[in-house]
Amino acid sequence: MSVTHHPSDAVLVAYGAGSLGEGLALVVAGHLAFCPRCRDRIASIEAVGGALLEEIEPQAPEAAMDPGALDAMLARLDTLPADVPLPPPAAPVGLKLDFDVPPALRASLATPGADTAWRMAGPGVRQLVLHRPRHVGGPTAMLMRIAPGRKMPVHGHRGVEMTLVLDGGFSDEIGHFVAGDVAEVDPDTDHTPVADRGRDCICLVAVDAPIEFRGPILGPLQRLFGR
Amino acid sequence: MVGVMVEDERAALAGHLRAVAERRDKAAFAALFAFYAPRVKGYLIRQGCQPAQAEDLAQEVMAAVWRKAGLYDPAKAEASTWVFTIARNLRIDAIRRERYPQVELDDGARELPDDRPAADDVVSTGQRARLVQRAIATLPPDQAEVIRQSFFQDKAHTAIAEDLGLPLGTVKSRMRLAMIKIRAALGEQEP
Repeated sequence: MSVTHHPSDAVLVAYGAGSLGEGLALVVAGHLAFCPRCRDRIASIEAVGGALLEEIEPQAPEAAMDPGALDAMLARLDTLPADVPLPPPAAPVGLKLDFDVPPALRASLATPGADTAWRMAGPGVRQLVLHRPRHVGGPTAMLMRIAPGRKMPVHGHRGVEMTLVLDGGFSDEIGHFVAGDVAEVDPDTDHTPVADRGRDCICLVAVDAPIEFRGPILGPLQRLFGR
Repeated sequence: MVGVMVEDERAALAGHLRAVAERRDKAAFAALFAFYAPRVKGYLIRQGCQPAQAEDLAQEVMAAVWRKAGLYDPAKAEASTWVFTIARNLRIDAIRRERYPQVELDDGARELPDDRPAADDVVSTGQRARLVQRAIATLPPDQAEVIRQSFFQDKAHTAIAEDLGLPLGTVKSRMRLAMIKIRAALGEQEP
């Protein structure tokens, strides 16, 4: 099965420029593991970054490096440690992951602040928070595991919300989404994904502003999400 | 805007990077430093860094260029594009204190069906920088503005929309139109 739902160009530009929040950036990074088309697009966007970097005026007073900067750097080049790629971090001990986890997500699972176990988040729904911003409450990225035929909990979001399917599939007002597909939903738009029948649907859900749950199960969910 | 770079200068930069990778050539590194360090510092200042922090970060970026030069693949990206990605990632690490999720584009973790044209059917990376630069220079001002804000003001499309007092949909469609033109300049097919 191939990917048919992609992030918008606006989201890809923000990712390539480095201006996308970490939660949404995680969704894009996860999607790229599935999608050669979007990897090409990111390469073009990074080429824009390279072109804009070349255009910066090096003679401008604010751009000038300190007079001794180059000499100081040359003097310490031989002491710089070699670039050794770090081994991929291990997922928390005891966390059962019965699906194919993209490398970008694997690192996130091992980050301090990420949950180390799935928690119930309503009937037929479990969640695992991956990222909470430092300064504001509420997660900006989490895994959700939805039992066959179940709905994702009703929630609103002030900013953009993106959902990447990692395993299984779901349908919403826009269409049908399978592994690698991304649903990008703008603020104030409600969407209600319903998991396909037959198997759990596992998604990565991220927002650029912390998620707010509403509806009949608001209270318990807000407590679960630590707000 | 600075005059468009000549091709020789770009080829020289890629050559210096190779010399650093293959021979740990310090003279080549000094040439890379002279070209990139002030540009990286200027980029960081535009992003809102304080001068002292921008100076330190620009040095860190150049240290990373020295250490990682062996990973640079000229078939995949321009030297300036590669340096940009290093500067972008270090800036995010340092300023947001948030790690930026990265994919190793060649990690081979998945066998991907890939029916894209081979790279040399599109354009060579050597041409790429020139084509991108020309495409950016000819964008309508409203499209160029949203692209520049993304790269220089640490603003995603949602923040840009708020800032310009425009509907989010308008900003998104400007981004889309801008990227369609840039991809067309690079000879990429729209699906």
